[in-house]
Amino acid sequence: MAITLTENAAKHVQNFIIKRGKGVGLRIGVRTSGCSGMAYKLEFADEVASDDLQFASHGVTLLVDPKSLSYIDGMELDYTREGLNEGFKFNNPNVKNQCGCGESFGV
Amino acid sequence: MALLQISEPGLSTLPHQHRLAVGIDLGTTNSLVATVRNGISVVLNDENGRAMLPSVVRYLADGSVAVGEAAQAMQSEDAANTIVSVKRFMGRGLKDVGEISRLPYCFADVPSTGSGQDSGMLQLRTVAGVKSPVEVSAEILKVLRSRAEAALGGELVGAVITVPAYFDDAQRQATKDGARLAGLNVLRLLNEPTAAAIAYGLDNAAEGIYAVYDLGGGTFDISILRLSRGVFEVLAANGNSALGGDDFDQRIHCWLLEKNHLSALGPQDTRLLLTHARAAKEQLTEHAEARITAALSNGEVIDNVLTRDEFQSMSQNLVEHTLQPLRRALRDAKLGVADIKGVVMVGGATRMPQVQHAVEEFFGQTPLTNLDPDKVVALGAAIQANLLAGNRSGDEWLLLDVIPLSLGIETMGGLAEKIIPRNSTIPTARAQEFTTYKDGQTAMSIHVVQGERELVSDCRSLAKFELRGIPAMVAGAARIRVTFQVDADGLLNVSAREMGSGVEAAIAVKPSYGLSDGEITRMLQESTQHAQDDMHARALREQQTEAGQLLEAVQHALEQDGGLLDQAERTLIETQMGLLRDTLQLADHLAIKRAATALNDATVSFAQARMDKSVAHVLTGKKIAELGDK
Repeated sequence: MAITLTENAAKHVQNFIIKRGKGVGLRIGVRTSGCSGMAYKLEFADEVASDDLQFASHGVTLLVDPKSLSYIDGMELDYTREGLNEGFKFNNPNVKNQCGCGESFGV
Repeated sequence: MALLQISEPGLSTLPHQHRLAVGIDLGTTNSLVATVRNGISVVLNDENGRAMLPSVVRYLADGSVAVGEAAQAMQSEDAANTIVSVKRFMGRGLKDVGEISRLPYCFADVPSTGSGQDSGMLQLRTVAGVKSPVEVSAEILKVLRSRAEAALGGELVGAVITVPAYFDDAQRQATKDGARLAGLNVLRLLNEPTAAAIAYGLDNAAEGIYAVYDLGGGTFDISILRLSRGVFEVLAANGNSALGGDDFDQRIHCWLLEKNHLSALGPQDTRLLLTHARAAKEQLTEHAEARITAALSNGEVIDNVLTRDEFQSMSQNLVEHTLQPLRRALRDAKLGVADIKGVVMVGGATRMPQVQHAVEEFFGQTPLTNLDPDKVVALGAAIQANLLAGNRSGDEWLLLDVIPLSLGIETMGGLAEKIIPRNSTIPTARAQEFTTYKDGQTAMSIHVVQGERELVSDCRSLAKFELRGIPAMVAGAARIRVTFQVDADGLLNVSAREMGSGVEAAIAVKPSYGLSDGEITRMLQESTQHAQDDMHARALREQQTEAGQLLEAVQHALEQDGGLLDQAERTLIETQMGLLRDTLQLADHLAIKRAATALNDATVSFAQARMDKSVAHVLTGKKIAELGDK
């Protein structure tokens, strides 16, 4: 059971947290919404909740709530550039289908 | 698949509901767009990695439009159709733009029709037709908008656009119209110095007074801001609209001409040398000397070395020119150097070490320079846009701006009655009740003015409208509530309502065109210089108005009940009326007051007699018993 960051993604996250000036890590989760049922949640974390599962990847702490984990277990987060746009890309092995833009998915 | 950004805790948006918002620095020379990504404000570059878009628009015969570098490259070849520094024309009439003959454009002055947002604003005749500055600005904004949408991968919910602190209503409205034309939803117009202060996070810092020193390509602005309770207030603004980094290039250019005994170069060589001059200037920021080599069109090759010391001594007086407006701004704000808590540097020209030293020496403290001075305004605007789009948590309330000059209406005697005082935070709404001046008055003209002076003639006229259909009443009985509402962009709506009957009239103030550069500062300065005169003028007008009212009332009474007076009484009253009429011509409010009091005293018994007569009239034919019942 694990969630990982690519080295490039980790570098960006560390950079963002330093510039933001606070934060204990990155919170990743899913919630039910969107056209394909599930949507990712990607937030800065200022504190650790008691039932959080913690993973460390390239020096970044990743926090996941237990309910979310089953949907995203084994996922790798990458940071990529597509044209002028740049951001985080979720490589989730659990996804069976996703909406056209990939913002929501089903398992 | 979509690329996600990190949100603040608890603020992940639902899929397809990201609120993409940008901040735009619509500059005189260059424009930029920025956004908050992963919690950090960043400037968005174009596909070639360039952040700055030259604010240059070229209209071509086939109807197409070039913006930015492509337009700038054709600036001298196609000067009439290549619009540079359009910001100087925003919301302005031909009369406001001084040096028309020196500009390469073909202006079309549009007679003010009194309707339509562009009425009175100058227009430019180009090969693609007549264009207003609003349309030209919209072309720049369109490019930034599509750049932002490509970079963010979606449609924008809105933008915060920055404007100079001295921009008046007309210039702000023109900027807003330009944005709308470019398909941008304007979340807010933000003052440039305020945006710079936000970029440095000063809105979260301790309260205090800050100076923003903005030396751009062609303009210099100094603003003194006071931060209190999350509100930035512009205490004073000053500057020089014809001083900027380009003047430093010009100095090096002149030096090159002198060194190489050159004279009267063609436009191509001039541009070449200016480009090299600029490169040398930038090199001297990091290095002690810069080598300039260039081959002129006649084959002559120049090769010179410019040292930092030489450059500093040749540009010394340019730096000093920026210190004069600084002193004036501090004086206007009635502050000393010691009151300034921090100094923010804005504009590429503030990278020059001699500028930083001069500012540091002047204020006795190190100015804030760790953000890129070219980008700092756009970065601050992006932070504000992110907040306004609702991407931050609710406890961080919006930062507010203030109105630069008081707003009010004209009252009897040409006096300006302030309804919203200057430096009120916006958005704001205030109401004041007024009444009629004459018996049976059924209409009231409402003249909206802006300025600090007591007399309407010294203020700026913004709009006029009439409230009609007031029921006929005696003077002073009607209650007319005038409401001023200023929205978050500093734009004004005025409405008037007669409280008894409910008749209403309203106007959205879209002035035809604006004040000239620095005129706001001038108006503010004058108001303090003339405070004494103004008070006197106000007292005089008030006495004149009151005396006029008194004369009219007495005249009316004489016509109605003159028979109640004997000849001696009548002569006395008429003499006093004559005396009062004579003193009205004198500019002495105390004399008018004395004469009015004398007339009042002379009519005491007359008033008594009239009162008795009307009481008698009411009682006539009624029985004592009937009166008793009441």
